[in-house]
Amino acid sequence: MHKPTKSQEELAELFRAELTTGVGRSLKHESADKHVSGEAVYIDDRLEFPNQLHVYARLSDRAHARILKIDTAPCYAIPGVAIAITSKDVPGQLDIGPVLPGDPLLAEDIVQYVGQIVVAVAADSLETARKAAMAAIIEYEDLEPVLDVVEALRNKHFVLDSHQHKRGDSAAALASAPHRLQGSLHIGGQEHFYLETQISSVMPAEDGGMIVYTSTQNPTEVQKLVAEVLGVPMHKIVIDMRRMGGGFGGKETQAAAPACLCAVIARLTGRPTKMRLPRVDDMQITGKRHPFYVEYDVGFDDDGLLHGIRIELAGNCGYSPDLSGAIVDRAMFHADNAYYLGDAEINGHRCKTNLASNTAYRGFGGPQGMVAIEEIMDAVARRLGKDPLAVRKLNYYGKDERNVTHYYQTVEHNLMAEMTAELEASADYAERREAIRAFNAQSPYLKKGLALTPVKFGISFTSSFLNQGGALVHVYTDGSIHLNHGGTEMGQGLNTKVAQVVAEVFQVDISRIQITATNTDKVPNTSPTAASSGADLNGKAAQNAAETIKQRLVEFASRHFGIGPEEVEFRNGQVRARERYLSFEELIQLAYFGQVSLSSTGFYRTPKIYYDRSLARGRPFYYFAYGAACTEVIVDTLTGEYKMLRADILHDVGDSLNPAIDIGQVEGAFVQGMGWLTTEELVWNAKGKLMTSGPASYKIPAVADMPLDMRVKLVENRKNPEQTVFHSKAVGEPPFMLGISAWCAIKDAVASLGDYRVQPRIDAPATPERVLWGVEQMRTLKQQAVAEPQATVVA
Amino acid sequence: MIQFLLNRELRSEHDLDPNLTVLRYLRERVGKPGTKEGCASGDCGACTVVVGELTRTDGVERIRYRTLNSCLTFVSALHGKQLIAVEDLKHQGQLHSVQQAMVDHHGSQCGFCTPGFVMSLFALQKNQADKGHDAHRVHEALAGNLCRCTGYRPILDAAEQSCCQAQPDQFDAAEADTIARLKAIAPQGTAELSDGSKRCLLPLTVADLADLYLANPQARLLAGGTDLTLEVTQFHRDLPVMIYVGHVEEMKRVEVFDERIEIGAATALTDCFEVLNREYADFGELLQRFASLQIRNQGTLGGNIGNASPIGDAPPLLIALGARIVLRKGAASRELALEDYFIDYKITAREDGEFIEKIIVPRATAGQQFRAYKVSKRLDDDISAVCAAFALRLDGGLVREARIAFGGMAAIPRRAAACERMLNGATWDADTVERACVALAEDFTPLSDFRASREYRLLVAQNLLRKCFAEQQRPATETRVTAYA
Repeated sequence: MHKPTKSQEELAELFRAELTTGVGRSLKHESADKHVSGEAVYIDDRLEFPNQLHVYARLSDRAHARILKIDTAPCYAIPGVAIAITSKDVPGQLDIGPVLPGDPLLAEDIVQYVGQIVVAVAADSLETARKAAMAAIIEYEDLEPVLDVVEALRNKHFVLDSHQHKRGDSAAALASAPHRLQGSLHIGGQEHFYLETQISSVMPAEDGGMIVYTSTQNPTEVQKLVAEVLGVPMHKIVIDMRRMGGGFGGKETQAAAPACLCAVIARLTGRPTKMRLPRVDDMQITGKRHPFYVEYDVGFDDDGLLHGIRIELAGNCGYSPDLSGAIVDRAMFHADNAYYLGDAEINGHRCKTNLASNTAYRGFGGPQGMVAIEEIMDAVARRLGKDPLAVRKLNYYGKDERNVTHYYQTVEHNLMAEMTAELEASADYAERREAIRAFNAQSPYLKKGLALTPVKFGISFTSSFLNQGGALVHVYTDGSIHLNHGGTEMGQGLNTKVAQVVAEVFQVDISRIQITATNTDKVPNTSPTAASSGADLNGKAAQNAAETIKQRLVEFASRHFGIGPEEVEFRNGQVRARERYLSFEELIQLAYFGQVSLSSTGFYRTPKIYYDRSLARGRPFYYFAYGAACTEVIVDTLTGEYKMLRADILHDVGDSLNPAIDIGQVEGAFVQGMGWLTTEELVWNAKGKLMTSGPASYKIPAVADMPLDMRVKLVENRKNPEQTVFHSKAVGEPPFMLGISAWCAIKDAVASLGDYRVQPRIDAPATPERVLWGVEQMRTLKQQAVAEPQATVVA
Repeated sequence: MIQFLLNRELRSEHDLDPNLTVLRYLRERVGKPGTKEGCASGDCGACTVVVGELTRTDGVERIRYRTLNSCLTFVSALHGKQLIAVEDLKHQGQLHSVQQAMVDHHGSQCGFCTPGFVMSLFALQKNQADKGHDAHRVHEALAGNLCRCTGYRPILDAAEQSCCQAQPDQFDAAEADTIARLKAIAPQGTAELSDGSKRCLLPLTVADLADLYLANPQARLLAGGTDLTLEVTQFHRDLPVMIYVGHVEEMKRVEVFDERIEIGAATALTDCFEVLNREYADFGELLQRFASLQIRNQGTLGGNIGNASPIGDAPPLLIALGARIVLRKGAASRELALEDYFIDYKITAREDGEFIEKIIVPRATAGQQFRAYKVSKRLDDDISAVCAAFALRLDGGLVREARIAFGGMAAIPRRAAACERMLNGATWDADTVERACVALAEDFTPLSDFRASREYRLLVAQNLLRKCFAEQQRPATETRVTAYA
């Protein structure tokens, strides 16, 4: 050893100190320094090769049509073009549907939406490829498109069969309930708007293989699909994924097409091939959050307690199944949000329309189910003239009774009531409610609204088999550590958290740990980084790998020093072997010379969960994550414009692995959820073309849209009672639905115009236009009430 | 040839496609991929860079640092300036204080928008040097940068730290040297950038500009380029000949006279703010919601008129104020009321070889009420569904003169003649306002599009007149959500 060794006293002192970079610490994102300096490498930043090809896709401009002819000869007239491919050029399987077939890589006989890829052209520059792609001649015979979700629902035009959750006799409960309300609601979709558009870069390799650099949440699926379109075994394909410039679900399945197109072209040309979607193309080609149409029938008593309910949830899936089966299921699983529904019947429908195939997006259908029930809570409250929060609290799941969901999972460790009480107090709900009434009484044009809404979100993939994670840890002879796991980094800080877990297990500083790109030849058969499961699954797997190595080290030290294994202790970069102290790297060196394996895989599968879909019963979720948000808004009743004034958030992440990262997730998710329900409006024209296909027309929240006063708190001293990674809870998706409070606050402000007795019809997103129509609805009712004094203003 | 400083390095570019954007130049030609393409349409800010320009205020030479969207800027705009990209901030292995602030406050998640935010923070720090932290200025500086991950709070905290803890940096240390180097490359005559087929001419005087345009009437005039660039990057057209007006100092002057303000057509919207805000507070308020700071740093008042968009935000206000424009063709000039400039959708009174030289805005007068409103889906950096401007002269409870103009309501920005007729000479009361609202429906048949329906546009237009009345009658009453910022 060439470094001066520390004395036993020095080592002992270090040993007594605490590790400062383990779990529970607010460490910076592992790439933070690289993000801010521009040194973080995204796929488009990689050096290109002299013979690099760039791919541009020619898209269908028809929503539904038969392809009569494709002529790519004109493409080749443009200098610099290497190849133009159609469905006939795909050497292996054409379909890249993730679960079920239905997504041809290139349209074959028909096109099913505006934006579907028909021809892909590769050339020495993107601009040349674009020109050539536009030169292809495509002839169509138009077919009748279905563009309306309600029409698809009425005609049972589905991509998959409908499904039902049922408990008790909802028809009887509805019939006998003291009050009954029926209504409907449209909920808009949402463009992911990851800042980095879809991109893949593929290198041909030996033996017919491909090295694929791709921005994906799902490396294994891309590997499988690339292998299938090429007609080779999966072992020929290596996927490398260092980081995404945002994912949000949009790169769970939709990243595959660029990777597969590149692979096919790389195979046919033997040249490295890259495809980066221009923003407008990305927005046309890829699917989004599912818009939903909801119909409900609810029965309740004088206090607002639900007796029975029937909810029809119709997801607008677009043209193919993609993940819509599980997405509409999750909407159904969350149609209760935090409430005991009484006798319930929840029907989920998967409507087929001629739009891009809608896909995973943060919350995966859950948010749409929860928006539906929150609308119902508001409607019940307005009907009874009660504060919506009172109705919400009354209907919360109980701790010991009324605690079984409509899919028969018992809600355990329910934090909802205590969290609501805490937030109600810290946000001064009651005082502000009064202050707002007073403000509204004296303010003729601007009206304030307030809403406190809960979140209960089920954690686990509802396809139970996906709940597995893998990791690979190497310790090198100098004590440095190489960490790899099956999860993908899209900004959520997963790599940082998993490194903290490994640092905690080995009790070493995180700077010893090198984070590496997710790579299918290091950890195979991975699940997508989705369903908020990244840290739960991969953190546990990495913990398992690290503990395996640590166990070997303990056994070795016990042998080596002739002491009991319980006398070997790791702390803060040091190891104590009975009374002797040595540094971590000293022990590693000794272990290496002692011929101990310093590398291990790790694996984890989520326990306890099961679900029988045929019975619609089981325990699909390992646990629930909870949250609550209280948002105040001010609305201009002359224009419908609004501004969020304040948001108070209390969110449950169990024992946080990294509070700074978790707060970042909570805040970012809240604002994204608020954006979904306010300014983010997708508009298609009568021919099915997306008109809001860029940030000039599709408005995600900007800095001025965040609430003026935002107070975010994590629930303290409530570790996850389940055996999750260091008793933390998943955080990616649950806080997204805190944004519902902003939408409810807007409706509250408008309801003030009707003395809070009528629920204004304000579909999501509540754009200023929809808000103004809500205002007009209130004014009309008021005028009617004045005209006919006997008539009740209660609709 | 054009010359500029790429941070500290002198670049002399003899052979560049003038249709090349600064973004592509940095990423593809220079090999600096830190600057990101998020949308290539100037709406996300991921490509934000900072341009340093020599300025002289009260005899003191300084470098003025401003952000711009590199995706909306052709390389010709760099001539004689200093380009600073995100890679240039780190110095001697140390993060710049704005970068460190972003790290300290967990301001990056996926990191893709981060370089753009860092550059906006850098320019903010440079421009806030002596003023400290001001939440309003921070919002203004960041409104053109979209982040999909963080929800912005940590970035605002980083901005506060950046402004409050600014330390002299390598750019300050080198300022004298940079000034000398910029002076050495200051344009001396009309420059030309060409790749052999496409060219961009960069005149220095309005006379040269007029001659060049007369000789090349097919040329496209390039000012801020925030709209023209899109023809290349979004609509994939070639612009074979451009004439860049950004070096014509005479067209960047703002002069205040007793009865009028003259604003050179090439004046950046940022540089119009002070004078227009002082004269008409609502004009200032609207300018702060006009696109984003990056766009206002590039985009010009003349360009906002010249491209004749039905949804440009300055024209309705200028029309209501009775602004006039000076059109120049060769040596000849003519003056025209701005409202007469717009004829039909994208059709104007401009002749071939003619260009807007300056805009003349009347000064505010006693008894005049001026109010302007912009209604859009998102409060910041959005295109108006309806933009309304009301210039009223009230006298003894009567409307002496009403000039009312709207954007977003027709194929061109234009006045509401029937509405004005209903108001002119009438008693300024609620009944008159209601009659004028009815008349508005005669004035306009707006379109439905993805921004708003025709019904909404018309109702909002009417409600904005009601709001104008309410604000004038009850100044203490709250009427604007934008007041909460």
